[in-house]
Amino acid sequence: MTKRVYINSVGSVSAQKTFENDSFLDEITVHYDTTISVISPNYKDYIPPAAARRMAKGIKMSTVSSKTALDEAGLENVDAIIVGTGLGCIDDSEKFISAIIDNKEQFLTPTRFIQSSHNSVSGQIALGIGCKGYNYSYVHSAASFESCLIDAMMQIQLEEAKNILVGGVDELVAHHVDTHRLIDHIKKTPVESSKLLTSKTAGCVMAEGAHFFVLSEKKQASTYAELIGVRTYNTLSKEQLAQTVTEFLREHELNSDAIDLVVLGYNGDVNFDAYYDLLTQDMFLNTAQAYYKHLSGEYDTASGFGFWLASKVARTNTLPAAARLNQITTATPRTILLYNQYRGEYHSLVLLRQC
Amino acid sequence: MTDLKLELKEKIIEQLNLEDVSITEIGDNDPLFGEGLGLDSIDALELIVMLDKDYGIKLADPKEGKKIFESVETMATYITSKKAN
Repeated sequence: MTKRVYINSVGSVSAQKTFENDSFLDEITVHYDTTISVISPNYKDYIPPAAARRMAKGIKMSTVSSKTALDEAGLENVDAIIVGTGLGCIDDSEKFISAIIDNKEQFLTPTRFIQSSHNSVSGQIALGIGCKGYNYSYVHSAASFESCLIDAMMQIQLEEAKNILVGGVDELVAHHVDTHRLIDHIKKTPVESSKLLTSKTAGCVMAEGAHFFVLSEKKQASTYAELIGVRTYNTLSKEQLAQTVTEFLREHELNSDAIDLVVLGYNGDVNFDAYYDLLTQDMFLNTAQAYYKHLSGEYDTASGFGFWLASKVARTNTLPAAARLNQITTATPRTILLYNQYRGEYHSLVLLRQC
Repeated sequence: MTDLKLELKEKIIEQLNLEDVSITEIGDNDPLFGEGLGLDSIDALELIVMLDKDYGIKLADPKEGKKIFESVETMATYITSKKAN
């Protein structure tokens, strides 16, 4: 029999105060901007100053988030570390490349270079906890985090690993924001987060965050939910969406009526939110609906925030009012479906079940 | 020489990201490596590049670095002597 996969802990640093696991969006920070940064914990509480001084922001966020997840799972080490990121430590990459240009390819120092690769995060976490096991980074735009979930699920199901630290991280940096403004991928005018979906403007509110989880073969007291299935699709037309979701659910012997809560990656981009509308206005019209990018902002691994939200809902039987998309409630969100896409590409479906 | 030492302290703090250290906390003769500021081998590379980039001094023999980077005082003395030549 195939091994089950449990989400045994969570850790998150985001544009909301999520770095402490004992609360669940009790206080909502309302943002009014076109880009939003994370609410940072006091990094000195988690990272020795000597180590922190060379860490890029993405590594600091990930260190806190992964440490929170490991602590909650009661683990000091894991069999594997798998991290998804769209851009890696892009701030250091940009600074390193700028230094090459500014100094005419002379005087290059090692610190920025060390951290400028996409796999710096998984490497730094491994160094921090002394993990010599499988260490992998997935760089696959908005499906980076889900790619990690697929890998972790297979590793556990094939008994390659018992406990895996899985995460997603992306940081907000000036040059990346500038280029995305130029191509109109970021909103031109600020929007209040609670009014994101009614702004009816193009582009997203760009942000950053780090979300880590321990996936394990065994259920324990800290378990949030069971991870049932993950599927990614690089491209998917609107016409294909409903049938694709139906087939995904059928693979797990479910239909749309069996879904108690659907968690959607609406980001307020008037040109692409129609994908979500197709599900909320038809297949899941009578299902409890949640959204989260008005809380987290958009980035390649923002779906990690959705996964964090869904895990919390599964464990607490509570969907915070700020994340409710419709008026339908469910007392026991037993089966939760997450759907995300970015600009009509990199679609993902993730299925969780209470346990 | 005093100005140079002050400048070196500012550069060390900025380039090595010593966020929690102020200029007044670095004594002229405090060891930079080990017990003092606790710098490591990567910092040593950063300091070598700093000497080259900001003062035009190339370390011909990397072994020299151990003595030159002992403290801000030794760095300033070395830079001053190189400039005098």
